[in-house]
Amino acid sequence: MSTRGQTHLWVVQRVTAMILAVAVLVHLVTIIGAVRGGLSAAEILGRTRGNGAWFAFYAVFALSAGLHGAIGLRNMAAETIGLRGRGADIAWLAIGLVTAGFGIRAAYGLFA
Amino acid sequence: MDLRPRAHPTYLAFVVHRVSGLLLALFLPLHFWALGSAISGEARLDGFLRWTENPLVKAAETGLVVLLAAHLAGGLRVMALEFLGWRKRQKDMVAISAGLALLVGLLFLLNVV
Amino acid sequence: MAEPASLKVSVWRGGEQGDFARYEVPARANQTVLDVVTHIQRELDPSLAYRFACRVGMCGSCAMTVNGRARWTCRTHVRKVVGADGELELRPLANLPVIRDLAADLAPFFDKWQRAQGRFQPKDAPDGAVPEDFVVVPPASKARREADAGIECIGCAVCYASCDVVAWNPDYLGPAALNRAWTLVNDVRDGAHGDRLDAVAGDAGCHSCHSTQSCTERCPKNLDPSSAIAGLKRRLFWDTLLGRR
Repeated sequence: MSTRGQTHLWVVQRVTAMILAVAVLVHLVTIIGAVRGGLSAAEILGRTRGNGAWFAFYAVFALSAGLHGAIGLRNMAAETIGLRGRGADIAWLAIGLVTAGFGIRAAYGLFA
Repeated sequence: MDLRPRAHPTYLAFVVHRVSGLLLALFLPLHFWALGSAISGEARLDGFLRWTENPLVKAAETGLVVLLAAHLAGGLRVMALEFLGWRKRQKDMVAISAGLALLVGLLFLLNVV
Repeated sequence: MAEPASLKVSVWRGGEQGDFARYEVPARANQTVLDVVTHIQRELDPSLAYRFACRVGMCGSCAMTVNGRARWTCRTHVRKVVGADGELELRPLANLPVIRDLAADLAPFFDKWQRAQGRFQPKDAPDGAVPEDFVVVPPASKARREADAGIECIGCAVCYASCDVVAWNPDYLGPAALNRAWTLVNDVRDGAHGDRLDAVAGDAGCHSCHSTQSCTERCPKNLDPSSAIAGLKRRLFWDTLLGRR
């Protein structure tokens, strides 16, 4: 991958980091609130079902997390086991998008 | 590995950030896949949530919450340096990061148990 | 700390492959690590190879690994680093080829300064001619203060030897070269900013830095290469996002 492409990966890593900084905070506050007195499916689904705002939040969250994690793993693989190159980069990007896809599927399950 | 040249706060912050990042990145597909499968109806989701009542799962969950908080706080340190150019306060930020992660973990634990 | 009467000094002998040799050196007041090495070479074993020049912290040639950490030996007092029983462990700088004994080959280190476009290129006279007039650079301007912050580098390679990213990625330019590039990016007289930012971008450049800040921690001149690298990242971030490059 060209240095331009590498720079773009880094920019994606940081932009997703900024999104995640907010999203993780919301996620943590929701978790700590939700586990108060035990979790129930009715309570969770009551919050999310038919709620477009929550769905949009979780979809953006999942996409950011998937890409952010995959780019992080790419860097670790390059530095620790020497896995570098165009093929590896495309594979990591695919892994990130598939992971995000699973996340969006889960978010859709909460919404529909 | 020789620890002598690496024994300083910001190096430790890097190690925590990397290890938490690795574990979270490995956990993420699992988390999404399990949730996606469980959320196909209220009954199945309740079944899944009952499984999480298991003390072992609860302990693992607490660990994950701490990892997430630690990675968040460590990420804020890196971005404060990169985007705001904060130089002198890096060591304080490492301490604040650690404190934040432990606080969030404790809050979770108090609520869940 | 009470000073032992003699120092037990382990010194790396050989090239990449080699072993420690042990020497007993009399302890003296205000002794520097370089004094210890010089004593060994002059009094105990003339075959010992090491490098130094100015002895006053200006030239950047005497850096070694002292008890595990990269340091400038001419300005490092023994009493600050010595173990409780007077042990000193001396190795050549890490992350560089070993020539022999305590002398590391700094060629890769300086090659990377070249690759990072670490030379000043006058804006008005790209062919190297003397510009027709002086450029007025207010010392208090933001860009000049950024440049001044990193200008005192003596090229000792302590930061380079302390950086794990250099160890993990042999192409990585390293803290000193990137710090130099950042001072030039902030030099309003320089005309090669675009090329230089291209040269320091990507996996071999600033974007591989993980802000462990070992460079800043170890720099004997108290420079802050870590922040210089962050500056390059910041500039490249906005340039990329806003389509300026």
